[in-house]
Amino acid sequence: MLSSLTSLLQLAPQAAAKAAAAAKGVKVPTPDALTHHGTFWMPEQANSFAHETDWMFYGILGLSAFCFFGITFAVVYFTWKYRARPGNMKAQPSILHNDGLEVTWTLIPSIIVVIIFVLGWRGYVNMATPPKNALEIKVIAQKWDWFFEYKVGPSASFTDTELHVPIDRPVRLTMTSKDVIHSFYVPAFRIKQDVVPARYTHLWFKAIRAGEYRLTCAEYCGEGHSTMKNKVVVEPPGGYELYLESKQEELDTMPPIELGKKTYQLCKPCHSTNGIRGNGPSFQGIWGTQVEMSDGSKVLVDENYIRESLMDPTAKIVKGFAPIMPTFKGTLRDKQIDGMIAFIKSLAK
Amino acid sequence: MYMGNEAPTQKSFRDVKKGIKSWLVTLDHKRIGMMYLTGILASLILGGSFALLLRFELFEPGGQFLTKQQYNELFTLHGAVMIFLVIVPGIPAALGNFVLPMQLGAPDVAFPRLNLISFYLWIIGAILMLITLFAGAVDTGWTFYTPYSLQTSTAVVPAVLAVFILGFSSIFTGLNFMVTIHKFKPQGMGWFKMPLNLWALYATGLIQVLATPVLGITVLLLFVERVIHIGIFDPTIGGDPVLFQHFFWFYSHPAVYIMILPAMGVVSELISVHARKHIFGYRFIAYSSLSLALLSFLVWGHHLFVSGQSRLATMVFSALTFTVAIPSAIKVFNWTATLYKGSIRLNAPMLYGLSFILLFTIGGLTGLFLGTLSIDVHLHDTYFVVSHFHYVMMGSTLVAFLGGIHHWWPKMSGRWYPRRTARACAVGVFFGFNQTFLPQFVLGSRGMPRRYWDYDPQFTLLHQLSTIGAVILGISLFITVCYLLWSWFKGKPASSNPWGASTLEWAQPSPPPLYNFEEPVDEIPELYDYDDLEYDEATQNWVRNPPVKA
Repeated sequence: MLSSLTSLLQLAPQAAAKAAAAAKGVKVPTPDALTHHGTFWMPEQANSFAHETDWMFYGILGLSAFCFFGITFAVVYFTWKYRARPGNMKAQPSILHNDGLEVTWTLIPSIIVVIIFVLGWRGYVNMATPPKNALEIKVIAQKWDWFFEYKVGPSASFTDTELHVPIDRPVRLTMTSKDVIHSFYVPAFRIKQDVVPARYTHLWFKAIRAGEYRLTCAEYCGEGHSTMKNKVVVEPPGGYELYLESKQEELDTMPPIELGKKTYQLCKPCHSTNGIRGNGPSFQGIWGTQVEMSDGSKVLVDENYIRESLMDPTAKIVKGFAPIMPTFKGTLRDKQIDGMIAFIKSLAK
Repeated sequence: MYMGNEAPTQKSFRDVKKGIKSWLVTLDHKRIGMMYLTGILASLILGGSFALLLRFELFEPGGQFLTKQQYNELFTLHGAVMIFLVIVPGIPAALGNFVLPMQLGAPDVAFPRLNLISFYLWIIGAILMLITLFAGAVDTGWTFYTPYSLQTSTAVVPAVLAVFILGFSSIFTGLNFMVTIHKFKPQGMGWFKMPLNLWALYATGLIQVLATPVLGITVLLLFVERVIHIGIFDPTIGGDPVLFQHFFWFYSHPAVYIMILPAMGVVSELISVHARKHIFGYRFIAYSSLSLALLSFLVWGHHLFVSGQSRLATMVFSALTFTVAIPSAIKVFNWTATLYKGSIRLNAPMLYGLSFILLFTIGGLTGLFLGTLSIDVHLHDTYFVVSHFHYVMMGSTLVAFLGGIHHWWPKMSGRWYPRRTARACAVGVFFGFNQTFLPQFVLGSRGMPRRYWDYDPQFTLLHQLSTIGAVILGISLFITVCYLLWSWFKGKPASSNPWGASTLEWAQPSPPPLYNFEEPVDEIPELYDYDDLEYDEATQNWVRNPPVKA
């Protein structure tokens, strides 16, 4: 029983790899969050460690079935074989106890539970340890709604009531409640964590299948508890960025120069506004000037140049600087790029 | 000493005095036990009706005939009534009161007046619970989790007062039983010659006395927090809501063993008597009762695996939780081994006893899933948990309670229930119960959270199977309560030892006289030894052959 359990556990990563490949390559039809798509026992596996939880589940299920049917067989068989009937109106002589036997059936369960504990603990440690590069999303629970705060810049964020996450990228949630205790539960991810007022709790996952999944409150929170449901949308590659773009309404209403100032926070570590050289050239007074590139050519700092520098930063490198700037393609929206242009323009001499 | 066949020389405890008043002021442990039994069975009908209403509401997704608020109030009351009024007092207060002194060959418990006080505290608690029901109900769940219980406008205060008072009822009973066993254990009955039922009641008493005060303090703190806002559990004024969960489960997890240990004691008696066989591995069963009592104090944190408690605490509690599996497994193996080479009679108590073994095995094995950290994260607060604890509390404790009632009913009432109907109902309870709760394991593992008034259409079929099972279960239980009531007045007279048991309570007339064992027991029959007992067709009674020396 146990050896088969461990061999099942060894198989698990292959299954996960397969699932991940399927999620990446093929266009997966969007599952309807309201119908059951998994196996008889479990919902679909949409999280990178869901298969581990499931193998443990099935392993213990197998063990339990073995024990239960063993006991049931013994009880039913003894009850039939030793039923009271003529010739068996008194119990037959037999032993009152047998220390060897009893110690054996004490030790065997002890060893089994130690193994189960260790395996369960290992899975839990994995669930409790988010990777360092995880995407951070804040979750706020309030009777009887979920709110998700997405960070879109160093100080920019927007809030939505649906959780959208990118596929194949670890996501770490930092959660708190505004009133009573709730619990964040996505069955397809096999994760659950209470959300407590005046405290932050965390969990993480890495979605491996695009689609919509049920998010549901698992800690009783009053009248609307059973309707505190929502969707988690796992976006296919690129979809998360599109989602963010389509959602930044607060930023849309800002004047371009203000928006540019906000967006500049992303540039600030390398580009100053006071002429001091950083990893990149300062933005002060560059608008409208001719700048010498590393290949000797001269380029006019205008709208097109700024846009190109953000989208394809290594296309043209200013003389004396290293080609180290990351692209902001997909991160910055057109309006933000316009904002950056307006902002840099405002720094002209 | 009473030999079994001669006519009793004294009037029975039932008939010695008549009238309601003679019952209400009685100090007799048997009468107090019967009053408890009446109250507990009435509460069972009440709590069971709540359960059926909940199941009907869940027959289809969306609202059927209850509003969300009514649903929340009903599941709270179902839980509170079943836990505090039925299962916790069930076996100790009703059966234990009747049987414990008699199994010791004692005339009564050590403190008869305290015993009556316990009963009246139970009554006051029950009345407060009913007041709660009519005074706007309570919608916190029986667990009263903060901060919800601090914010809701429903009647939390009378509900926690009820729990506080019921706690004292439980403490007094436990204390009384422990002292009675220590003081009234007759000469010649060493600790390892006690019926296992007494071991179980002793271990239960230990938990009642040590754990229940913590519940009292916890609900008192909740009461104070709600009334004068001092900032213990309320996060808005510096309190910690998760602290409440630690306090609450520090009692309420041991309370699971207050419920299950006496059930194990009863089942040990049932299996041995009705298989006509000495219990297998007496010492292992006795020690496992004590070790369960001890371990029960060390595992409360497994209710908080996803609450945000520290990872280290979570790991330690998971490890400790698994240790509980070991004494539980020992007991199941020993009961099964007791059947080997027995002479098994499938009468109603034995059907309940065998049901217990199978249902407790399911309840215990599904605990393995929940103790495993990675799986618990998925299953926590789902129907899997609901089903698991119903297998332990109802499938095991209540089934053992019913088995015990059917086993001791001829002694308690001096009359027979309709035996064929009783067997049919026992089978009905077994199948109805499984049909109700097996689908709930699947509901839970598929991700259906508990305490949901509404659910996704994908869960409909499983909910409907469960509701149909609940109807079968409800009908079986209702018929059982009816025929017990009927037989108290109209049943055929029962003999003094109709099962051929060897423990001392059967060495008294059925029903026993007001003062049982007026003459002290001079010789204690060999425990679980049925070799010398012979069935006498004429009197339908088992007698000792050769008789015990008078």
